[in-house]
This record gives sequence, structure tokens and C-alpha cells, in this order.
Amino acid sequence: MLQYIIQRLLLMMITLVAVSLVSFVIIELPPGDYVTAYAATLASSGDSVDQARLDSLRKQFGLDLPIYQRYLKWTWDILHGDFGYSFVWNKPVSELIWERIGLTFAISISALIVTWVLGFLIGVYSAVRQYSFGDYLFTTFSFIGLGIPDFLLALVLLWIGFRYFNTNVGGLFSRDYQTAAWSFAKFVDLLKHLWVPLIVLGVGGTAGLIRIMRANLLDELRKPYVETARAKGVSERRLLLRYPVRIALNPFISTAGWALPGLINGATIISVVLSLPTAGPLLLNALLAQDMYLAASFILILSALTIIGTLISDILLAWLDPRIRYQ
Amino acid sequence: MAQEINKPRPASPPVGNALFSTTVDEDIEPPLALSYLEDQGDKIYTATQWQLTWWRFRRHKMAMASLGLLVILYLVAIFSEFIAPADPNIYDEKYAYAPPQGIHFIDSSGTFHLRPFVYGLKSERDMETMRMVFVPDEETMYPLGFFTVGKPTKFWGLFEMDRHLFGPLDPNAAFFPLGGDRLGRDMFSRIVYGTRISMSVGLVGILLSLALGIFFGGISGYYGGIWDTIIQRVIEFFRSIPTIPLWMGLSAAVPKEWSPLRMYFAITVLLSLIGWTGLARVVRGRFLSLREEDFVLAAKLGGSSEMRIIFRHMVPSFTSHIIASLTLSIPSVILAETALSFLGLGLRPPVISWGVLLQESQNLRAVATAPWLLMPGLAVVIAVLAFNFVGDGLRDAADPYAL
Repeated sequence: MLQYIIQRLLLMMITLVAVSLVSFVIIELPPGDYVTAYAATLASSGDSVDQARLDSLRKQFGLDLPIYQRYLKWTWDILHGDFGYSFVWNKPVSELIWERIGLTFAISISALIVTWVLGFLIGVYSAVRQYSFGDYLFTTFSFIGLGIPDFLLALVLLWIGFRYFNTNVGGLFSRDYQTAAWSFAKFVDLLKHLWVPLIVLGVGGTAGLIRIMRANLLDELRKPYVETARAKGVSERRLLLRYPVRIALNPFISTAGWALPGLINGATIISVVLSLPTAGPLLLNALLAQDMYLAASFILILSALTIIGTLISDILLAWLDPRIRYQ
Repeated sequence: MAQEINKPRPASPPVGNALFSTTVDEDIEPPLALSYLEDQGDKIYTATQWQLTWWRFRRHKMAMASLGLLVILYLVAIFSEFIAPADPNIYDEKYAYAPPQGIHFIDSSGTFHLRPFVYGLKSERDMETMRMVFVPDEETMYPLGFFTVGKPTKFWGLFEMDRHLFGPLDPNAAFFPLGGDRLGRDMFSRIVYGTRISMSVGLVGILLSLALGIFFGGISGYYGGIWDTIIQRVIEFFRSIPTIPLWMGLSAAVPKEWSPLRMYFAITVLLSLIGWTGLARVVRGRFLSLREEDFVLAAKLGGSSEMRIIFRHMVPSFTSHIIASLTLSIPSVILAETALSFLGLGLRPPVISWGVLLQESQNLRAVATAPWLLMPGLAVVIAVLAFNFVGDGLRDAADPYAL
């Protein structure tokens, strides 16, 4: 087990370095550097651009160094909590991102839990009552759920809310709480708004899990040992939960590892549509404005946290199911 | 016998009696006792693997219907200029957010017309909200027809053509079967043109993924060892990062002044990087299991070169699996293109794709007054579902010997 964890940790280090390289490339890709972009904003707002000041800025940010030194300086600063400077917001990046990233993960992880609970319950129901009306209903639902892109679902919900209920279902907080400090009342307000993004994010994942759970459990229920247990007079409930459900759960749990990246993907897009105060909208605006330090920090942190989350779920899985360790 | 059925092997006529007589001996057990073969009679003795796969696929009703739908979608993509009644870029401010016109057979006075028609549109002020709204103008009727002469378009930019599949007989009539957009352009025609880009992005992107997947999956599965470990780790890397933020970053870096065609290829190449990991896994798995098969050993002992073993003996036995997983991964490319373009980071106007069209629906007020702006989304859902069903059917049929 320890060997497995060490192996995975080493691998994670390499992955993190790779992610940081990609993020750095994203900073470097647009033509010109941070200071040229800054000069362009100054010029567009009518301020005079002083060449000496630009040069000193270049020096301050280390932009006159060769590329590998810039990368090392950038990662070194990040390890010390300095993510660079956002010239659009005129603030250090680290002041802008943490709350939004926290909310992104709060939404994604809540969606994961909702997806699991619903997928499990409906999947078991569908398998036990195969070909019943409910089974057909959920099967249809899961096919549509797999086909509909989440941002489209968000758009449709927004439209229905606006058109028929005359409310805006977007956002995570009521107007009064938007800028308020965290309190219990704000948390309750968050819960009131959270269900829309949870539905939108959860539908696709739930649909997939229902199909996996249903298929696995059906395979299991056809096996002779179930028949034997039934012949011996084991109650249906015990018969179902004692072995078939437990075995069918295995592939179900192993999807947890790659569910997180998908949820972060979804959360990024739908938060733009639903204008949630999460990473998505700020990342999009940063990219469109070529505010590269902000954009790259988002990409780096979202990726890094996802990798760590995946690692934790992998280790938990290996702990639950010894077979994984020896694969 | 039952054991052998499960094993993939080339279909061959039973040796023995069949060689000497044209009729099949009734006593011989059919080589494959599968329900989907019941109505094929003696043909099952000589059927090729592809025939068996096709027979099995045919049994999947939803997959067959979806296959038909995909054929239609690709025909629309190829013949966009002919099928769209109007030029997608012609705008008329007069018809901004014009509602979809109903196609009628019976006019307001109750008379039946054999030839369907639409009413003209006129603007009126809604006295309650004081906004301009469109109402059908029952005075003017525009009869519709097939193969009408409309405004000339250039088919694939090659030659002029003025025939359209359907449209109003009067080329100057206002015709909005699915409504108009912000600039009074015909939504239906725009969705038809969007089909070309959206459906081909899926196909081209997945072909690039396939090349990557076969190359890396093949090396990984056939040679194993250190290469396998490295490639597996790379795949794990790709699967553990959230791709959308990363792709947003990369596609934002595509220079805005690139020509639409160059832009299209840049985005397609980016998108193809999404799908290849899944394909590489499938290829690797197949190579691993086939490597141990007797016929591969036989080919090796027979002195076949490595390339010949791979392409002549191994690849044909899993082509159907590859096609199945290809079909299943096209939707993710289409969805990724739609999402990126929707956010304004993928393709940009004047290129028309479903995602570009959906950009218009980012404005909630516009959607509230003109819900038909969401119609391109319906096209996306239909295409994605069709690919999923066909993929499901292919996956079941990929191994026609399985029970």
C-alpha cells in the first residue's frame, strides 16, 4: 500500500510539473508580453506611455531574462504564493482567485455527491424493476441526459425561469449577500441558489451512472448464486444488498477518479452561462482580455487541485479494493 | 463447441461434406447458433465477418434509425447551398427576430390549398408593452414549392447555382421557417450551413485522434515494456486534467487575424487532442489480447515481418471495435467545439457553426423574445444522440460471434 502511494505521489509530481509547463506556455503564447499589453491599455485609456517606466517594469517582472529563467522564476514565485499581477483588475492575482476557486470546487464536489446518490438509487431501482414504467422513464431520461450539453441545459433553464417565472435563476447569491462577508445567513442563501447549477452539472453524470449501475446489477442478478440464495429463503432486500449491489458498485466507484475533471470542465462553462461567481467567468474574461497571469493561474490551480483530488480518490479506492494495488 | 463460439475467428464454411455437396447436411450443427442469424438460412456458412456484423447491427432499431439520421445530417452538410432556402449572410434589419412562420395548407377563410404557403410578416405595436411585434399578414400569401429558383449561391465556392430544395416561389418573399436572428438572417439556413462545419469538425478531429490513438496505443500494446509505461502515464496525465480550462487557454492563443480556414484547422487539431486517449486505450487493450493469439504466433513463425503481422493479421480483427469507439467519441469533439465557440474562444463569425450560432443566445433578453435562437442547440442534441446510438449498436455488433 505504502509503495503504491509513493508511486502515485511521484507520478503526481511529474504531472504537476507538466501542468505548470503548459500553463507557462499559455502565458507566453500571445504575441508581445505583459508589459506590451499593459502599455496598450495605458495608451487606449489616453495615458502617456513612458518608455523608461516600461523598461523598469520589464526588469521588475523579469521579462528581460531568457525563457527558462522566466519559467523558474514564475514557478518559484508561485510556490511562495505570488501568482503575478492582473493588469485588468490592477490587483495581485492571488487576491482574485481563491474564493472563486473554492466555490468552483464546492459546486463540483456537491454535484459529485448528488450524482452518486441519484445514480445509485435510480440505477438499483431500474435494475430491480427492469422494463417497468419507471425503468423506461429513467432510461429515456438517461439517454437524453447524456446527449444534452450542460451549457445548453443551463441556457434552457435560464430561459424558462425568465420567461415563465420572471426570475433570474443564475448567480449563487441574492443581491444583498453578493458582497457580504461569509455568515450563516449567506450560506443559507447559497443553498437556495445552488440547486440550479447542481441539476445542470448532475444530469449528464447521473445519466451515465444510472446506465452503468443498471447494467452491472442486471448482470449480477442473473447469476446462479442469487437464485440459490432465493431458494434458501433469504429475504429479497437482504438478497439484493448483501452481494449483488456490493459487487455492482465496484466499477461504479472507480468512475470517481475521472468524474472530477469532467465536473470541473462542466462547472467552468455553465458558470459563464449562469454567471456564477466561480472561476469560469473570470477565466474567460482574462483569456479574452489576454490577462495572461490571471488566466494561467486559474488553469494551473484548477488542474493541480483536480490532479490532487483524483489522487486522493485513487488512494481511497486502492484502500477499499486491494485488487487495484496489484494491477 | 459452445466454447469455440465465443472466440473470434474468421468465418469459414464447415469443412467436410460442404466441400463435396452443394446442399448443407442437416445433421451438421450450424457454426453459429445466434438469434440474429435465424432468418439467414444457409448464407451464414459463407458470410464474411462484415456481413455478420451488419446483420447484427440491423437488429438494433434505434441504431438503424440514428444511422439514417446521420446520413441525412451529412447530406445536409454536403449540399448546404442547395438545401438552405436563403443565403445565411444576407441580412435585413426589417426582419430582426422575426418569428418562425407557420407553413399552412388552409388559409384564414378556410379554403384548402394543395400548395403549402406562408403568410407575409408585418410589424405592429403591441399596445400593452409598447414593443414592436411581428404578426402574420393574412393579406399576402407566399406559396412554397420544391426545387424553386432563388438567389444564386456558389456551390462549395465552385459554380453558381440558383436552385434550392424548397422555398417560396417568389425569390423576394420573406421566408423564415425557424425565425430570424438579431440581423434578420434566416435561422434555418444558418443552421443548415452550421451543419457543414459542426459535423465535419467532429469527423476531421476524430480522424486526427485516430491517428494518434493507433500510433501510441499500438506501440504501447504491441511492444509493451518501457514504452507502454511511458505512454500509459501520458494518457493518465491527459485524463486527470480538466481539459476545458486548458483548451480555453490554448484556443485563446490562436491569433485572431488568422483566416477562417486556418482557424478551423487550428481548432480541429486542438480538439483532436481530447479524443485520442480513449482510442489509444482501446487499441492497446486489443493489441495486448491479440498478441497472445495462436494465429499471431503462427504468422511470426511463418516469418512474416512485424508490419505484416500488425496490418494484415491483427488490425483487421479489431477494426470493428475501433469504428465503434470512434463513433462514440465523435460527440465529445462536437460538444467541445460547440462549447468553445459558444464562449467565443473557438470559431468566430463569419464562420457558421452551431456553437457560433448559439453565441447569440448568450443574451438572455434576446432569448426571451426569440426562443428560436436556441434551435442550433437542438441540432447539437440530435447529432450527439444519433452518434451515441449508432456507437452503441456498433459496439454490440463489433464482435458478431459473441452470444
